[in-house]
Amino acid sequence: MAEEKEKKTAPKKEKVADPQAATIDVASREMIARAQKMGVDTIFDRAESMKPCNIGAQGTCCKNCGMGPCRLPLPKSGIEGEDTRKGLCGATANTIAARNFIRMIAGGAAAHSDHGRNVAEVFLSAARKENDDYRIKDTDKLVQVAEAMDIATTVEVDGETSDRDHAEIAVEVGEKALAEWGKPEGELLGLKRAPKPLYEKWEKQGVKPRNIDREIVEIMHRTHMGVDQDYKNLMKQGTRAALADGWGGSMLATDLQDILFGTPYPLQSEANLGIMKEDHVNVIVHGHEPVLSEMIVAASQSKEMLDYAKEKGAKGIQLGGICCTANEILQRHGIPPAGTFMQQELAIITGACDAMVVDVQCIFQNLANVSKCFHTKLITTHPIAKMEQDNVIHIEFDEHYAMEDAKRIVKMAIDNFENRGADVMIPRQKATQIAGFGVESIQYHLGGTFRGDYYTLNDNIINGRIRGIAGVVGCNNARTKHNEGHIAVVKELIKNDVIVLTTGCNGIACAMEGLLTPEAAGVYCGAGLAEVCETVGIPPVLHMGSCVDNSRILLAATEVVNAGGLGSDISELPVAGSAPEWMSEKAISIGQYFVASGVYTVFGVTFPTSGAPVFQDHLFKDMEKLYGGMWDYETDPVAHAQKMIAHIDAKRKALGIDKARERVLMDMADRQQLEA
Amino acid sequence: MSKLIAFAAIQGGYKVVSQVEGELHKALQSYDASTKVEFPNTGYFLPVIYSLTGLKVETLEDMKKPLEFARKLLPPHIKGKHHLPFLGPLLDAGMAAILAYEIREGLRIVNNPDFYYPYEDPDIENGKIWLGPADDIILRKRGVEFVDGSAPGFAAIVGAAPDPETAKMIVEEYQKRNLYIFCAAQHRGISIIDQLMEADVQIGWNTRIVPFGPDISSAVFALGFANRAAMAFGGLQPGDYKKILKYNKDRIFAFVNALGDIGTEWGVAAAGCVNWGFPTLADTDIPEILPTGICTYEHVVANVPHDEIVQRSVEVRGLKVQVSEIDIPCSFGPAYEGERVRGKDLHSQMGGGKTQCTELAKMADMKEIEDGKVEVVGKDITDIGEGETLPLGIYVQIAGREFQPDFEPILERQIHHLINYIQGVMHIGQRDISWIRVSKAAVEKGFTLKDIGVVLHAKMHQDFGKVLDKIQVTLYTKKEDVDKMTERARAEYKQRDERVENMKDEDVETYYSCTLCQSFAPNHVCSVSPERTGLCGAYNWMDCKASYEINPTGPNQPIKKGEIIDPRLGQWKGVNEFVKQASRGAVEGYNFYSIVHDPMTTCGCCECIAAVLPTCNGVMTVNREFTGDTPCGMKFTTLAGVMGGGAKSPGFVGHSKFNITQRKFIRGDGPPDMDEGGLLRIVWMPKMLKEEIKDRIDSRAKELGEPDFYDKIADETVGTTEEEVMEFLKEKDHPALRLESIVG
Repeated sequence: MAEEKEKKTAPKKEKVADPQAATIDVASREMIARAQKMGVDTIFDRAESMKPCNIGAQGTCCKNCGMGPCRLPLPKSGIEGEDTRKGLCGATANTIAARNFIRMIAGGAAAHSDHGRNVAEVFLSAARKENDDYRIKDTDKLVQVAEAMDIATTVEVDGETSDRDHAEIAVEVGEKALAEWGKPEGELLGLKRAPKPLYEKWEKQGVKPRNIDREIVEIMHRTHMGVDQDYKNLMKQGTRAALADGWGGSMLATDLQDILFGTPYPLQSEANLGIMKEDHVNVIVHGHEPVLSEMIVAASQSKEMLDYAKEKGAKGIQLGGICCTANEILQRHGIPPAGTFMQQELAIITGACDAMVVDVQCIFQNLANVSKCFHTKLITTHPIAKMEQDNVIHIEFDEHYAMEDAKRIVKMAIDNFENRGADVMIPRQKATQIAGFGVESIQYHLGGTFRGDYYTLNDNIINGRIRGIAGVVGCNNARTKHNEGHIAVVKELIKNDVIVLTTGCNGIACAMEGLLTPEAAGVYCGAGLAEVCETVGIPPVLHMGSCVDNSRILLAATEVVNAGGLGSDISELPVAGSAPEWMSEKAISIGQYFVASGVYTVFGVTFPTSGAPVFQDHLFKDMEKLYGGMWDYETDPVAHAQKMIAHIDAKRKALGIDKARERVLMDMADRQQLEA
Repeated sequence: MSKLIAFAAIQGGYKVVSQVEGELHKALQSYDASTKVEFPNTGYFLPVIYSLTGLKVETLEDMKKPLEFARKLLPPHIKGKHHLPFLGPLLDAGMAAILAYEIREGLRIVNNPDFYYPYEDPDIENGKIWLGPADDIILRKRGVEFVDGSAPGFAAIVGAAPDPETAKMIVEEYQKRNLYIFCAAQHRGISIIDQLMEADVQIGWNTRIVPFGPDISSAVFALGFANRAAMAFGGLQPGDYKKILKYNKDRIFAFVNALGDIGTEWGVAAAGCVNWGFPTLADTDIPEILPTGICTYEHVVANVPHDEIVQRSVEVRGLKVQVSEIDIPCSFGPAYEGERVRGKDLHSQMGGGKTQCTELAKMADMKEIEDGKVEVVGKDITDIGEGETLPLGIYVQIAGREFQPDFEPILERQIHHLINYIQGVMHIGQRDISWIRVSKAAVEKGFTLKDIGVVLHAKMHQDFGKVLDKIQVTLYTKKEDVDKMTERARAEYKQRDERVENMKDEDVETYYSCTLCQSFAPNHVCSVSPERTGLCGAYNWMDCKASYEINPTGPNQPIKKGEIIDPRLGQWKGVNEFVKQASRGAVEGYNFYSIVHDPMTTCGCCECIAAVLPTCNGVMTVNREFTGDTPCGMKFTTLAGVMGGGAKSPGFVGHSKFNITQRKFIRGDGPPDMDEGGLLRIVWMPKMLKEEIKDRIDSRAKELGEPDFYDKIADETVGTTEEEVMEFLKEKDHPALRLESIVG
């Protein structure tokens, strides 16, 4: 260990990050500085020493065949007259950017959907009772999901209707769900959950996904050299695959996870590196799937493991999360996130991380290098996600031995407790948060068991207390100041009475900033939103879960439509979407399915089509005519939020709710006019 | 801070539920678990529990389940610096308390069966102040006022005003706006009812000031009343809590006024009421909840000054009410309609057997009369002493380009309630048997007979302005004038009666729809023809016609009856099409004159419900005032529950009292050899109903060649089972027994 540390502190003077400029988070600043002092490089430093490729960033580098890469940068002065840029085969900048863009969608949709597939497989094995460790936990949601999938939830015996056996329903749900990835004909079941006018738009545009896998495969085919060379047609397929993600793979992942692990309800927790405890065994789970982390939660809370930890001199086991695994175990168990995507290395740099357990997506390979500098055991668990470095331990997680595997991992962490070095430094920063919102819990909290209804929300949108709804989601991006965009956008929105639904690393960022507390309403919100938050007792920013849980936002928007008073389609609602610090291909897929579901969606940091203005116009303008939603790009967070607000205001105006609502006093004649 | 409200109310929820659990436990130790529990003469068990959960509480044992349900509803306490969302939990806690309160009231009746005095007016002399849960007769009678808009809503007042004067002021402001005032609970040992009695305000259903009970739990009767209305008139099913509560939010314009200190037990009740969409306005400084959504507008409004609380309340509830501003010295409005002038309060009277009192409305030529002219010919009330009488002739002359002689009786009928609307003046009867009693209080305020004319002129203009231009009122108080007018009036009455009596369905091409109750019963539509008067008893064909002409887009629309499909059963193509459309396809059509074949639907407001008695081969009918058992095995309220809400139920039909003796009454089920002999199927009706319409039964029976028919109709004194009735019919040789089988 010591040797390696020295190697790291070696001579070459790399450009390093200025901690103050790199992040708005004090804990992260401390850890960046500490890493620099210890000579451990982090992503913040690497972002200084390596700049992004200009042509790739524009989306106009084509390396889809062996003749290239063909590079079609946009001239600094822009294009005057005809755009004559083309690749060897003649592919235009539009074709190249569109192919690259939808390949990003394919990557993102594949990631979410494969996650969903894994969940579906575990679900089915639990439903079939092939597995003792997983059980159907939320039968209400099971019935609700079954109904959405057209699966019978009642049986008729001798003319009497009674509830169908839950175990039976579960098996059918599992089978039908799993078929969604590869069924030979028909269309995705989830599409019908959208408002009817939206479904009809998809039908009209010919973008209804057939099955999840096929749409991803077709992207790979169409973007192969010499196939689809019409950016509009390419985007149709991009849309189809994105919808297969949002209304397919992601939605199934969320639904099945809820049934299996419980539908989230609001709970209290904390966030940031300060949740780690010096006298506890610290286990950080990082990645995206809850299948393993659920078991780790159970294992780390088991008496057996707790006793073992005490035996080894620790006071207990502190579990924390990074990225969406964090969000999954946060929303169901209140396990606190230790940080965002950008803080994964920093958790190890505390010197107090006894094990970091990772599964899939958004895991820096550099974790292996960082953990080498400390005692931290880095454990990969997924057969599709390994690392080349030899200090990485691979414990393949088999759901049939889920608890056994989980205990093995936790035990490894406990055993490692005693190997901690002397210089442990855990930042003190942590913030309280209320998380665990979802379609169901929001409905409940808008009126309780008897009157819970999205109409309460709509009513306050109509009366102007709430100006609109924003979904602010997504990753962190090392090319911008960590969390600055997230927080500035969200604060600007809530200041202007726009309630925010958050997922992913934006959720963690907001939690770290204290925005996920009801008290934040009184501090940061406009008077109207503050009043609503105070009445309902909610934070102005509602944490809806992980990035697959963006499907919750789709369904919540649908509920808002169904509750009435705000038009008949998502595109009519005063809503907007945002990913201020996006970086992953999943964000592009999410963005596209929001756009194709009618939501104006603004991205920050960078936009991967800037080298092909015509294609970019297709995304930023034409999309609105096709689906009601469109893309936009704005790096300045306040301007970014103001663009969203302007869109919300335009929608309010179209709905005729831009002026203060009059108090309507009803007389008898008015009452007789009431609809039945 | 909403958090404080939530904190306190949730605590209140725990407190209330725990207390009631204890009370139930105690009751189960004192009484057998099978001890009957009921709100007397109601068909909805404990109505809030029944309507929202579908659970029927009939015994002490049955109370356990809803109480367990309430316990489960109780959310976690609000604690800590950072709290979880609380609106949903707050409303749940409120509902838990409401359910517990209803159980407490049920237990009260078990423990103390005579605690409540289940009539319209309290028996103050004997200290029976509290009326408790309204029985179904009151519900239906008063419910109809909510249906037709004569009562726009209710104010539930809990606690007490700072003093009797303020109490009186608040309540009178509500009365002026025609609202009902439901009172419960006390503040520092005093209830608003005590204060009103001290201020000499008449209380009871008749003045719309209802003393429900002395405790906060008694406020649950207001919610029970509202939910029973939703089931009785809205046709909603017990257990369908979402729709029932939504119905209340949209259609029942009620709210709470909390007068006095709000503890946790009031707080949780207020939270409970929010589930209904009923907001709370308080005169104390409590945290407010202003955003909208569960209620139409604000949820909790605090610190409302007493002189503003009435206006603020109706605004917060989103209710538009008109205050009748009529230039007379007394208050005026429907709330005073039921007020009595008792012996000790009486100043003077006209009619009622002491003197002649006659009313007549007549059409006049436009040139002949002067609008607004009111003349008293003879002595006025100020000219006579206490305890004296006067003869009176009220002669109303009406002119208008749109006016028709057919409207005369309609206008004349207004005289009764319009005079009654005057505070301190009571009107009984009509035509030449009118009786007016004027109280000392009214005279003290300066009431004179001229004010009757002022009222009639102003209100008739207001309500019938569309068809009349001028009204002149003359009040005769000299005996010779009154006698002369009476003689003339009697000739008019006779002529009118004959015209109405002889009007046949065949004579008109247009019937009228009546959707007056669609605000309450959205799926029901009545059809009214000359020989099938409105089943609520309030509207006949002529009324509908007038109403249409007065308000062409109103609730009465013409129906072209169109091609006849079945003359005997009374079915027309045009009517069917109308009904189908108006019922949104739920009813394809119906017959006017049959109980067996596709009978007409009912809203639940009907005066009587007829039911086939197969064993007796006849038909019984029961009026809504009759609370006893009937031979069909169901009481009126159960029948109304089965029938209401616009469903067609062969074997049952709703109708008005008057309709029984109209010629086409169920003629389709009458003797085949008789064109209009449906009445002969009637084998049973309550004695009270029979006596009420005796004269008309006799005259119809004579026409049908069965002069003794009246005595052949059984009533409850004969029996309330088909077997008992059958015995009687055989003994009397009732004509129905000779007819072919009614069930075909």
